[in-house]
Amino acid sequence: MAHATVEWTGNLEGDFDLKGLLAYSTISHLGLITLLLGLKSELALVAAIFHIMNHAAFKCSLFMAAGIIDHETGTRDIRRLSGLNRSMPFTARLALVAAAAMAGVPLLNGFLSKEMFFAEALSAQDAVSPWLNALPAIAMLASAFSVTYSLRFIHGAFFGPDPTDLPRTPHEPATWMRFPVEILVLTCIMVGVLPAATVGPFLDIAAHSILGPAMPAYSLAVWHGFNVPLLMSMVALAGGVLLYILLQQRLLVGPEGPPLLRRLEGQRIFERSMVFLSWRLARALEGIVGTRRLQPQLRILIGLAILAGTGTVWLRGFGPGNLPLTPVDPVLAMIWSVGAACALGAAWQAKFHRLAALILVGGVGLVVCITFVWFSAPDLALTQLTVEIVTTVLLLLGLRWLPKRLQVPGGREPEVLNRARRLRDLALAVGAGAGMAMLAYAVMTRTPPDLLAQPFLARAYAEGGGTNVVNVILVDFRGFDTLGEIFVVAAVALATFALLRRFRPAADSLELPEQQRDQDGTPLHGDAERPAADWLVVPFALTRLLFPVIVIVALFLLLRGHDLPGGGFSAGMVVAIAIIVQYMIGGTEWTEHRLRLRPHLWIGMGLLLASGTGLAAWLFGRPFLTSYFAYAELPLIGKVPTASALLFDIGVFALVVGATLLMLVALAHQSVRGHRATPRPAERPPAMAEGG
Amino acid sequence: MELVLSLGIGVLAGSGVWLLLRPRTFQVIIGLALLSYAVNLFIFSTGGLRTGAAAILHAGEVGTLANYADPLPQALVLTAIVIGFATTALLLVVLLAARGLTGTDHVDGRERDL
Repeated sequence: MAHATVEWTGNLEGDFDLKGLLAYSTISHLGLITLLLGLKSELALVAAIFHIMNHAAFKCSLFMAAGIIDHETGTRDIRRLSGLNRSMPFTARLALVAAAAMAGVPLLNGFLSKEMFFAEALSAQDAVSPWLNALPAIAMLASAFSVTYSLRFIHGAFFGPDPTDLPRTPHEPATWMRFPVEILVLTCIMVGVLPAATVGPFLDIAAHSILGPAMPAYSLAVWHGFNVPLLMSMVALAGGVLLYILLQQRLLVGPEGPPLLRRLEGQRIFERSMVFLSWRLARALEGIVGTRRLQPQLRILIGLAILAGTGTVWLRGFGPGNLPLTPVDPVLAMIWSVGAACALGAAWQAKFHRLAALILVGGVGLVVCITFVWFSAPDLALTQLTVEIVTTVLLLLGLRWLPKRLQVPGGREPEVLNRARRLRDLALAVGAGAGMAMLAYAVMTRTPPDLLAQPFLARAYAEGGGTNVVNVILVDFRGFDTLGEIFVVAAVALATFALLRRFRPAADSLELPEQQRDQDGTPLHGDAERPAADWLVVPFALTRLLFPVIVIVALFLLLRGHDLPGGGFSAGMVVAIAIIVQYMIGGTEWTEHRLRLRPHLWIGMGLLLASGTGLAAWLFGRPFLTSYFAYAELPLIGKVPTASALLFDIGVFALVVGATLLMLVALAHQSVRGHRATPRPAERPPAMAEGG
Repeated sequence: MELVLSLGIGVLAGSGVWLLLRPRTFQVIIGLALLSYAVNLFIFSTGGLRTGAAAILHAGEVGTLANYADPLPQALVLTAIVIGFATTALLLVVLLAARGLTGTDHVDGRERDL
C-alpha cells in the first residue's frame, strides 16, 4: 500500500510520459495483487489470480494504445497531447474501454476482480493485526486513485482542445496495428459481461494448480445484489472522478476563490493537504527515488538491502549454527586466496586496464569452477567452465568498441567530490560484502533444510530414468522451467542480433586497432596462392585437427547427460567453443568459407524439438512435457537408456549452439562491417583477424 | 572450510558491488559478473558443503540426502549460470549500441557535469 501511495503521487505529478504513467499504475496494481496474496485466504488468492489475468488484458491494451499514440503523433508527453479523440476516434474508443476496465467500471473485467478485492478486504477484518481494520478504507482509496490515473490517461490524451505542436499529424493507425488492441479490449468486455462462460475455466485451472484440491467456492457473476462491495466500488468511482477534477483545477487553473467563508476554510485545508501530498511530497520523493541516473538508484537499492539485512540481524540476533566447522583444507584456502586477489584486482583494474580485468575475472571463474568440483557438483563445474570461456571471448570481442579512458583535466574541486563519493561507495561495497559473508556463513553452519531434495533423489531413477539427478530435474521434473529458459536465451540471442544489425560504432573506434594494422596486409591462411607461413601455423593445424574431436566430446556429453555429468547446455557450449576456436585462429572469412553456420536454423530447430517433445505427451493423453523412458538393447553398444527427455535435451543443445554462435558471430562481424561502413583508402587489408 | 568460502563470497560480492557503483559500463559488466559468481556460490552453499558426496545415483537405487549431494541447488545454479551468460551478452551489446549512439561509455549515456 505504501507502494500505491508513492506511485500515486509519482504518477499524478512526476511523470508526463504516457508509458511512464502506465508503468507506475502497473506498480500500484502489483501492490494490490501482493496485498491480496498477503491476506492468506484462499478466496483472496483466487481474486489475485483473477486480477492478474484482468490486469494483463487491460494493461496490455493500454500500453499498445500508448504505443499507437507515440507512433502516430511522435510524442508520449501528456502535456503536449490532447484532443486525439477527433483524429483517431477508434483508438480513443478502445483506450477508453480499457481504461474504464482499469478504473473498475461495471460490465468490464476490472470491476469483477476489484469487487472480489473489496469483499476480501472486508472479510479480512476479523484477523489479529489491527491495521487490517483499516483495509476496506485503504482499498477504496487505492481504487479511487486507479480511477484518477485512468481518467488522467484518457482525458489528457484524447479530450480537450486540438493538439498544437505535435511532431506528426495524428491519424488512425494501420488496421493490423490496432488489431491486437481490439482483441484485448473485446476480452475485457466479454469477461466483464460473461465471466463464468469466458474466463471461468481458465481461472479454475490456474487456481487449482496453486490451491490443489482445497478449492474455495467462489462465484463469478456480474450482479451479486446490492451489497457492501458494490457500494465500495461506486464510492471509489465517484471519489476518483472527484479527485481528478479537484487536482486538475488545482494544477491547471490555479486556486479559485470559494464564495463561502466556512467552505473556504474546509476547502483550503483540503487543498493544502492535497498540494502537500501531490506536489511537495511527490517532488521530494521524486528527488530522492525518481532519479534517472543509474548510480544513485543502485546506491539506494544496495543501501536498502544492507539495511534490511542488518535490521533482521538486529531483531532476531546472529549466532553460530548447529553444525561443527569442517577443518580448513589448505589447498582450497590457497585457491581461494588467489580467487579473492583476482576479484580485488579486477575491481581495481576495470577502469585502468580492461583486458587485465577480464583476465582476472576469468581467474575468479576458474576458482568458482574448482569450488564446484570440490563440493560434489561436477555438472556445475562443467557448465561454469564452458560458459566462462564463451563469456570471456564475447567480452574480448566487445572490448574493441569501447573508448579510451576519459582524460579529465584534474581540478581540485572534482577530486574532493570524487573522493567523498568513492568513500561512500567503498563503505557500501564493504558493507554488502561483509553482509554476504555473514549470511553465507550463517547458512553454511546450519543443517540444510530437507524440503525438496529428498523426493527428487528418490524419484530420479524410478520415474525419470536417469542417474544424474541434476539433469533429470532440468529436463524432466522441472522441464517447463528449462523450456522457458531456452526461450529466454533464444530471445536474447535474437535481440543481440537485431541490435547489432543497426550498430553504428562511435567515430573514434572506427579505425583499425594497431594490432591489426601491424599485419601489413598479409592475408591469413586459406589463401591458396599465398600461404602465410609465419602466422600461427602450429595452432592453426592443431585446431583444425581438434575440431572433430571437440565435436565428438560434445556429443558424448550430450548423450550421457541423463546418467552422468554432461547434458544439453554444456554440450552446446562445447560445440560453440569448437567453432569459436576456428574463428579465432583461422579468421572470419576462412572459417565461413568452409563452415556454413546457420544459427537461426539451430535456434528454430532447438525450440521446435524441445516444444515438440513436450507437446508429444498430449498425443498419449498425458500433461505437457511428461517424459517417457525405456532401456533399449542395441547390438554392440548394449543397454542404452532412451528417454524422451533426451530429445528435449537435444533441443536444448541445438538452441544453445545456435544462440551462442549467433551472438558471437554477430559481434565478430562488426569488425568487418565497421570498416566497410567508413570510406577507407584502397590499401585496406583484405582480411581481418577476429577474436580481439 | 565454511569460513574460507563465506569470506570468498564476501570478497566477490564486495568487489562486484563496488564495480556496480562505478560510472563506466565496462566496470558495471565486470561487477555484475563478480556479483553473480558470489550469488551462485551462495545459492549452491544452501545445500550444504559436502566433499566427496556422490552426485550420480547407482542404477536402480533410491537416493537419500545421507549419501548424495543435494541436487536442487545445483539445478538452480546451473540455470542461473546459463541465464547469467545470456544477460551478460545482452548487456554487452546494449552498452556497445549505447556507446555508438551517445558517444560515451558512461552508464547514464552522458558525462556527469562536474
